Amino acid sequence: MAYSKKVIDHYQNPRNVGSLDKSAPTVGTGVVGAPECGDVMKLQIQVEGDRIVDAKFKTFGCGSAIASSSLATEWIKGKTLDEALAIQNTQIVEELSLPPVKIHCSVLAEDAIKAAVHDYKSKQAGEAKA
Amino acid sequence: MKLPIYMDYQATTPCDPRVVEAMLPYFTDSFGNAASRNHRYGWEAEEAVEKARERIAALIGANPKEIVFTSGSTESINLALKGAAQMYAEKGKHIVTCQSEHKAVLDVAKHLEQQGFEVTYLQPDKTGRVTAEAVAAALRPDTILVALMWANNEVGTLNPVREIGALCHAQGVLFFTDATQAAGKVPVDVEADHVDMLCLSGHKLYGPKGVGILYVRRKNPRVRLVAQMDGGGHERGMRSGTLNVPSIVGLGRACELARLELPEESARTAALRDHLERRIFGELDFVYLNGNREHRLPNNLNVSFAYVEGESLIMGFSDVAVSSGSACTSASLEPSHVLRAMAVGEDLAHSSIRFGIGRSTTREEVDFAATQVIGAVKRLRELSPLYEMALEGIDPKTVNWQAHH
Repeated sequence: MAYSKKVIDHYQNPRNVGSLDKSAPTVGTGVVGAPECGDVMKLQIQVEGDRIVDAKFKTFGCGSAIASSSLATEWIKGKTLDEALAIQNTQIVEELSLPPVKIHCSVLAEDAIKAAVHDYKSKQAGEAKA
Repeated sequence: MKLPIYMDYQATTPCDPRVVEAMLPYFTDSFGNAASRNHRYGWEAEEAVEKARERIAALIGANPKEIVFTSGSTESINLALKGAAQMYAEKGKHIVTCQSEHKAVLDVAKHLEQQGFEVTYLQPDKTGRVTAEAVAAALRPDTILVALMWANNEVGTLNPVREIGALCHAQGVLFFTDATQAAGKVPVDVEADHVDMLCLSGHKLYGPKGVGILYVRRKNPRVRLVAQMDGGGHERGMRSGTLNVPSIVGLGRACELARLELPEESARTAALRDHLERRIFGELDFVYLNGNREHRLPNNLNVSFAYVEGESLIMGFSDVAVSSGSACTSASLEPSHVLRAMAVGEDLAHSSIRFGIGRSTTREEVDFAATQVIGAVKRLRELSPLYEMALEGIDPKTVNWQAHH
């Protein structure tokens, strides 16, 4: 299978690899996918106010899955939570020129963003109550 | 060292230059039709075909008259299974095979099921092996055919062919074996191994693509088949069509070389394979061998690198040409049916790589490949949330994952 130049670039030089402290109240963590499906993405955001100031990821998956999550972290850094939630998988497909068989990788990346934002918001809601 | 290094010898092999050399005159000078009985052109072609038949027969311990030329193993399998099922349908309609067979066998078996035959798909053990006891337990009074491969194309596991053959002969059931991966790599003797039908392909043993054979036993028992293609009645009526003389000559030469060089090549490739295995297992944690350490092809190594996905791994060492059992390398999004049948676990199936050692593989190439794969695994594990969990002492298997597809 031939990969697009952008996929290869993200695969060879993934942006924002790593982990944030998942117990910190300002960190939201999203883990989506399943090992038996061949892809798991962990995407984390560090939030100040309503803005994402840092993002990290780790991904088990094919080159397109790694590229999709790497791109996602790049895009959400500096965005507000609402702007991050507005990112759609089709934008990732377009940017990386993913073939139809790899569209699920972009869906997973979108889900990972949403899961991380959701985790952060529920942590904040919990804090507010406490 | 020529890059990328080819280490996918279970997929196909290059033609040995000695094979090409033997073939060349039959494209131009000696181009006759082997069925032409009235002139020298035809006689020359026929003589070359018969010489090839002898060489192929010698590799598997058969009589040359028992060799039927085909376009390759897929056609041979179709002819053997459909031909025998149709010929012996009145005797019974039950066939025994295995879940980890090549798709060529499984798809023909499915076709026969639609035609009213009943097929038992045995599950191999965790190493990919089917025991004679398991076959014995599956036999019924109406079983007409057992179809089990000699060596598995993905994991290289060897079935106990001799025991299974003896059992089938004792029970009066025909035994077909797909020796596409085994022929030329391990000793094959259709007499001692009690095989009734056997297929092999030229391109897996340094011969040309598009040519293969079906061995069909002529006595004790005499196997009869319903031809799957009508035509001029070539090949004892079992496979019509003008013989592909250059390719047949090439296959003959390839089988001769394989027979003469087998003891030495088998030991040499096994030593290289063992070296590759030792390096991988010595320098990485969480790696698992797929297959049978004792009963396996000398030139195959199938390994699962846990917490790393196979396709991304292959991307990571693109200077080495190998195959993966990962779903992502196929259009179906299904991981290898062989590893699945062996109950390897879908996560590990996604992480599997098959390495093949061949006639031209050198120790330098093996070391290069080992260094590349080990480096890629380490790099990708830095990216892997599952490896991170494993290092924290969490087994990803115990996590309740929300499956996506």
